[in-house]
Amino acid sequence: MKIGYYPGCSLEGTSKEYSDSLFAVAEKCGITLEAINDWNCCGASAAHSMNHDLAVALPARTLALAEQQGLTEIVIPCAACYSRLSQSQNELNDNYVTKSRIESYLDLKISGTIKLLTVIDFLKKYIYPVADQHVVNKLNQKTACYYGCMLVRPKEITVIERTEDPLEMEDVMKIAGATPVKWAYKTECCGAGLSVSKTDIVAKLSGKILEDAVSNGAESIIVACPMCHMNLDMRRPEIKKQINKDINIPVLFITQALGLSMGIAADKLGLNKHFVDTDTAVKCIIKKEA
Amino acid sequence: MARIGVFICHCGENISATVDVVKVAEVASTFAGVAFSTEYKYMCSAPGQDKIVQAIKEHKLTGIVVAACSPRMHEQTFRKATAEGGINPFLCEMANIREHCSWVHDRTDETTDKAIDIVRTLVAKVRRNAPLFPIKVPVTKTALVIGGGIGGIQAALDIANAGHKVIMVEKQPSIGGHMSQLSETFPTLDCSQCILTPRMVEVSQHPNITLHTYAEVESISGFIGNFDVKIKMKAKSVDSSKCTGCGECWQKCPNKKIPDEFNAGLSNRTAIYTPFPQAVPNKPVIDRVNCTWFTKGGKCGICKKMCKAEAIDYEMQDSFIDIKVGAIVTATGFDLKHTDFFPEYGYGEFKDVIDGMQFERLASASGPTAGVIRRPSDGKIPENIVFIACAGSRDKAKGIEYCSKICCMYTAKHAMLYKHKNHAGKAYVFYMDIRAGGKGYDEFVRRAIEEDEVQYIRGRVSRVYEKDGKLMVKGVDTLMNSTPVDIEADMVVLATAIVANKDSEALAQKLHISYDKHHFFAEAHPKLKPVETNTAGIMLAGACQSAKDIPETVSQASASASKAIALFSNSEMSRDPSVASVNNTNCTGCLLCMEVCPYLAIDKEEIKDRSGNLMRYAARVNSGLCQGCGTCVAMCRNKSIDLQGFSNEQMLGEVMSLLNKPF
Repeated sequence: MKIGYYPGCSLEGTSKEYSDSLFAVAEKCGITLEAINDWNCCGASAAHSMNHDLAVALPARTLALAEQQGLTEIVIPCAACYSRLSQSQNELNDNYVTKSRIESYLDLKISGTIKLLTVIDFLKKYIYPVADQHVVNKLNQKTACYYGCMLVRPKEITVIERTEDPLEMEDVMKIAGATPVKWAYKTECCGAGLSVSKTDIVAKLSGKILEDAVSNGAESIIVACPMCHMNLDMRRPEIKKQINKDINIPVLFITQALGLSMGIAADKLGLNKHFVDTDTAVKCIIKKEA
Repeated sequence: MARIGVFICHCGENISATVDVVKVAEVASTFAGVAFSTEYKYMCSAPGQDKIVQAIKEHKLTGIVVAACSPRMHEQTFRKATAEGGINPFLCEMANIREHCSWVHDRTDETTDKAIDIVRTLVAKVRRNAPLFPIKVPVTKTALVIGGGIGGIQAALDIANAGHKVIMVEKQPSIGGHMSQLSETFPTLDCSQCILTPRMVEVSQHPNITLHTYAEVESISGFIGNFDVKIKMKAKSVDSSKCTGCGECWQKCPNKKIPDEFNAGLSNRTAIYTPFPQAVPNKPVIDRVNCTWFTKGGKCGICKKMCKAEAIDYEMQDSFIDIKVGAIVTATGFDLKHTDFFPEYGYGEFKDVIDGMQFERLASASGPTAGVIRRPSDGKIPENIVFIACAGSRDKAKGIEYCSKICCMYTAKHAMLYKHKNHAGKAYVFYMDIRAGGKGYDEFVRRAIEEDEVQYIRGRVSRVYEKDGKLMVKGVDTLMNSTPVDIEADMVVLATAIVANKDSEALAQKLHISYDKHHFFAEAHPKLKPVETNTAGIMLAGACQSAKDIPETVSQASASASKAIALFSNSEMSRDPSVASVNNTNCTGCLLCMEVCPYLAIDKEEIKDRSGNLMRYAARVNSGLCQGCGTCVAMCRNKSIDLQGFSNEQMLGEVMSLLNKPF
């Protein structure tokens, strides 16, 4: 089976391990991910804070190319890219005037029929049905599933129910054999793009998230967004300055955690690429009881 | 030959400033059938009306057109003058040259031309007007009151005290409604039950009131003055005529773990129960969903063994009674959103996050804690308590855009009651705005803030979560530069939104009354008919129409009662004859009109030959039910149904006159 894939900048750079683990899990389940040829930047927060048309046109070009390539479904692992692409597609479908204007800028036609999948949608649709065959291990630890903002908002484009207390990632972690914990910060902001310009704010916000996860007994945090991962994983020294506490809880991409339960090697899942040591997560693996 | 009089009004300068009224009168005098035409400064004044009376006599007029304001303003005035002049009032029509012309155009020749055209159409119509006579309908002088809360109680007592019969239907085992659950009432802090229970007793003892509790309206047909209502009497499983209310049965009932609705789920009740000690009637019913006898096929039966009066009857069936009433007051009240509606406040999973009604029960002397404010999880008296106003209300994302109106006041009351009972405790209120627009209301809120030192924080709460046995409240203070506020609370009270009853839509459909998108019943006019509905003879009282507090509910209930009493003041009532009528010689009996009639005013008539054999069917209009909307006229394929006063011929006459074509 072949499904389209939009990497965006993070998955080819800072979050290479997210991409690696997604491909490894897909491959394990017999799914081929095909990248969109000549894809471009989604526009991220920069485009839509400066020029509305640009913010719609950038994802629109990628969508048009994917259509030309004959793809009917694309998985977009980065939560921000997903948000930009789906908002663009929604607007093109809702507003004929905008659509014809954007099409004339790009000199491309867009039908707006491609189904866009978050990583969670992808796992639900393609991995759940075959998970039983491939999950051989049990991730024997307590995990805190962290959604952040883009995966659940805005309500108009996300399909997640219970936006304030979603449970989709918890479902995935149960399949992986882990025990999801109840905690309060799963949809709080990590500070996102302020990572570069106002690192102290990010450290404060991310610090609170880590503290709450740990105080609720979590042994690892599971994420599905490169930005969240970066702030929670890379900003530990700044976080320590803010909260005067050493927190060593590892932060795993959801595909890495699932990969471990499928018996995929830690290296192949990019678990050696994190700032915070992931050994505790790797070592908690036990064989799944038959 | 028609002899029509045309009267052009200046309306001071409202019309004459933009329309050349003298020219309009001149041109009108040339229209076919016009025998007299004039203009005057104020047609609605006494001398103006007198001009009509005189002209009818002098010129032997057969129809009147008054070109002035909207017929909504003065149609009655001029029809009365026409009748005084000696001709049928329905031969008078108004040409609206104010709202439709002078007010919306500048002074130009075209404006005057338009006024002339408007007058021309009405002259063409009046030439085809036929005399009409008000429809007389008999009135059954009994009122049905649906709902036994404070709104229904007030309406029932007012109508009964005016000497008319009242039938009250209440779905719960006791009357009293939400008010019976309240602790103290704002802004006076008097005890709710102390002021309510005497009125409940009055209802049960009033010779003019028949009370049916544990009963529901099954179906309604008929029309104003003549409604036929079927009432379902749910099986109480207790024979009220034998029961003495001794209480032996519920004290011995082994099934004691049913969440008590009266205490908002904070305590348990038995399967055979009365909702509260002052219940009216104070006789129990068996909740069959939870009773062991009914769920486990005849096991148990303890209540029957205990009952010395032999009142328990497990075989009792639901029964139905048919009643005839002339007016209906709908006072079915409201419901509250519960804490499980709020994902950000824990989806109802935190025991110490409660709603306003639960707090009322905690603060009430008759409640599960005997009036000591204890938190539900462990019974501790909270040291820090947070109140969140506008929980759900005024929140588009939650689908509830409206203000629930009573929460600002009851939140202030709750905080005050807490402080009065726990002087050392801290009470915080998160609010958006304080809406305290009632007599003594703002003073009451200020008292909470200034004398009782309740801390009001203007801002929303984004999340409530549990940590180490405390409830962490994360909010923001928007008056302090949007500073984040974190409070460790022992208990959180949500002032949850007021919503329509879940069965309100079904009841509205039974009653054929309109309701809004939130399923609150719709009044006939938001300002001028606030207690009537679009269906004549059905009135509204209380929170079934929109969120209301007690004083407002009582006022509306009395207003509804006065409408019913006015209706009952005559044994016959007159209705506007602008209703549909069928030409049953032409009617083919396709009955498309019956399908589309929103008021169910059309039925099937059997047309028989001389020897009584059925020949065919035709449509028949019930002029008591018909509201004159004209939908049937538009549907009729061979023009066999017509609207009196707005007939096809009259309408076509108007249109053709505009085209200057003969008709």
